[in-house]
Amino acid sequence: MKAYRTVRTAMKALRRNPMRAMLTTLGIVIGVGAVIAMMEIGSGSSAALQKSIASMGANVLMVRAGTASSGGVTFGAGSAATITPEDCEAILRECPAVRNAAPVVRARTQVVYGNRNWVPTFIHGTTPAFLDVQDWTMAEGESFTARDVLNGNKVCILGQTLVRELFQGESPIGREIRVKNVSFRVVGVLSSKGANMMGMDQDDVLLAPWTTIKYRVTGSTLDNTNQSTSSSPTGSSVNTLSNLYPGGQPSLYPERSEVQAANHPMPVRFANIDQILTAARSTEEIPAAIGQMTALLRERHHIRPGESDDFNIRDMTAMTKALASTTTLMTNLLLCVAMISLVVGGVGIMNIMLVSVTERTREIGLRMAVGARARDILRQFLVEAVVLCLVGGALGILLGHGGSYFVWLLLRWPVETSPVAIAAAVVVSASVGIAFGFYPAWKASRLDPIEALRYE
Amino acid sequence: MKLIELRSIFKTYHMGDIAVPVLKGVSLTVERGELLALMGTSGSGKSTLMNILGCLDRPSSGEYWLEGQEVSKLSADRRASLRNHKLGFVFQNFNLLPRTSALENVAMPLAYGTEHLPERDIRRRAEEMLHRFGLGDRLDHEPSQLSGGQQQRVAIARALINCPSVLLADEPTGNLDSHTSEEVLRMFQRLNEEDRITIILVTHDPNVARHARRLIHIHDGAIVDGTSLALADSACAGGETGGTR
Repeated sequence: MKAYRTVRTAMKALRRNPMRAMLTTLGIVIGVGAVIAMMEIGSGSSAALQKSIASMGANVLMVRAGTASSGGVTFGAGSAATITPEDCEAILRECPAVRNAAPVVRARTQVVYGNRNWVPTFIHGTTPAFLDVQDWTMAEGESFTARDVLNGNKVCILGQTLVRELFQGESPIGREIRVKNVSFRVVGVLSSKGANMMGMDQDDVLLAPWTTIKYRVTGSTLDNTNQSTSSSPTGSSVNTLSNLYPGGQPSLYPERSEVQAANHPMPVRFANIDQILTAARSTEEIPAAIGQMTALLRERHHIRPGESDDFNIRDMTAMTKALASTTTLMTNLLLCVAMISLVVGGVGIMNIMLVSVTERTREIGLRMAVGARARDILRQFLVEAVVLCLVGGALGILLGHGGSYFVWLLLRWPVETSPVAIAAAVVVSASVGIAFGFYPAWKASRLDPIEALRYE
Repeated sequence: MKLIELRSIFKTYHMGDIAVPVLKGVSLTVERGELLALMGTSGSGKSTLMNILGCLDRPSSGEYWLEGQEVSKLSADRRASLRNHKLGFVFQNFNLLPRTSALENVAMPLAYGTEHLPERDIRRRAEEMLHRFGLGDRLDHEPSQLSGGQQQRVAIARALINCPSVLLADEPTGNLDSHTSEEVLRMFQRLNEEDRITIILVTHDPNVARHARRLIHIHDGAIVDGTSLALADSACAGGETGGTR
């Protein structure tokens, strides 16, 4: 009752000079508006980032082969042929922190359907576990199976971009496409994922059993990056040494005869793969997973203590986290600037309240004469300042919300309404009102009623 | 019963190191239902005495008994509540809140009372008060829309809303023309006679003082006999002094 009347008295006092009240509160309006807009845009972009992180699969760890070198010439990351599908199976079996693992054989070559062709960004030979690791679902049809992998069946599933480029609205299920003159049956279509954080189109992908890609398409993992030679197999290469199969690679060295093979037996090369994609059970278990995999692979590859690894494990989550922390830093920085404008608004409130106290000295004297105690006066002016700030805060929330909506409308930046920001804005503007309204109110309450009544 | 009793009130202001005595041992008794005029030239100390009577200021020494209560040593908060309940003020320049309706001006002291009246009762009491002073048709007028006489009547209504024991009027006609002054003074007389309200008028104007039933002259911080200023010294020495009736 008493509080309600104090608020009403404050409202009346403010309404006596509406223009000034409005201008005074403008500082708070702008301050709170800036804070709200910053929070909304900030949380919007971090939400967008979270989404793009999730689209790369949660807690993904990538195991790549190390660098091969020969006579001082290094061949770049992933060139050492040391990782095998058995490594992948061993990881899945023996590393408790790993949820799932999928081997990946990469290729880059032309895909043909009818009179159309396309070179997808990714051709991955893998197992069905790949979809689980990447957190990917099928839009149509179904995935190839473990049996397909075992038998090297010529089946594949396509990403949305590839489907759009090759089929143009037709359903690809059951159709035959040719990958480097090997015919594949399309069994499924992946759901859309959009661009990853590096801006690469994740939907521009063809997935097939790794055995098929390895043995029927690439034949070797080292040559798969040379797009120009592999995509024009019938051109110049048809006239060279190995023209038995149109897709075959010209060999650099003369073939070994049976005698040579008998004299210098070479160990049977195991099948190597390009990388292993694994998923840790949770973000917290990522370091454990890395430790377990490192130990296991060192043992399997017979690496002695002190020798360096012939593989490396990359934590995709760490990379995305670094990106996310940059965004957070930026948002916090802008938030600080917005906070400063809020403080400036508070100083404006203090200024006007001081003017108001001077101007209303007679009123204060009168109120004291008719029985207002010092604390009644203090409360009245404090409540006036807080009411100003809260009204400013409310307008600021609207302004900030409108502003971030405008940004979304014009620039399509992701924004997200944040209730925390709104609650914080209310609390902060009330505290600004109390902090900056206290001094003028205290000054008013300390006035001598006799002096105040005589004040001209 | 004595409503007000002052016993050798002294008030000294300190301007830096210099002590300026303003009241030099004032003793005064006011009975309930009196209409009293405090007269004196400017600088005589009548305003200071008025401030002490109105509990706005505390005497340097001496006793002030208001309705059997010694109030000169009370804390600021206690005095504020005393002003709210027992004292009504009317000022020379009306001191109404600008851009606030007459009704709200009159109701204002109720906000600081200890009794918490519901909004409806506050409004009703303020309305009654304004009707009593012939302003029933001007409840929502702001001070700037009222004449000087009307403003002073609003101020009187405000002073009386808490049914105070004493009404203190400090030069109540100072800003009014002679005709309205007469009206306002008649109103004081009527309030005194009909409603038995104790009124203390502070003025320098003999024409105003004429309306009072008792006259007290103040000169140089002491009370002198109203009729003969020449006896000032003896009156001062005499301590308790009554005025002329």
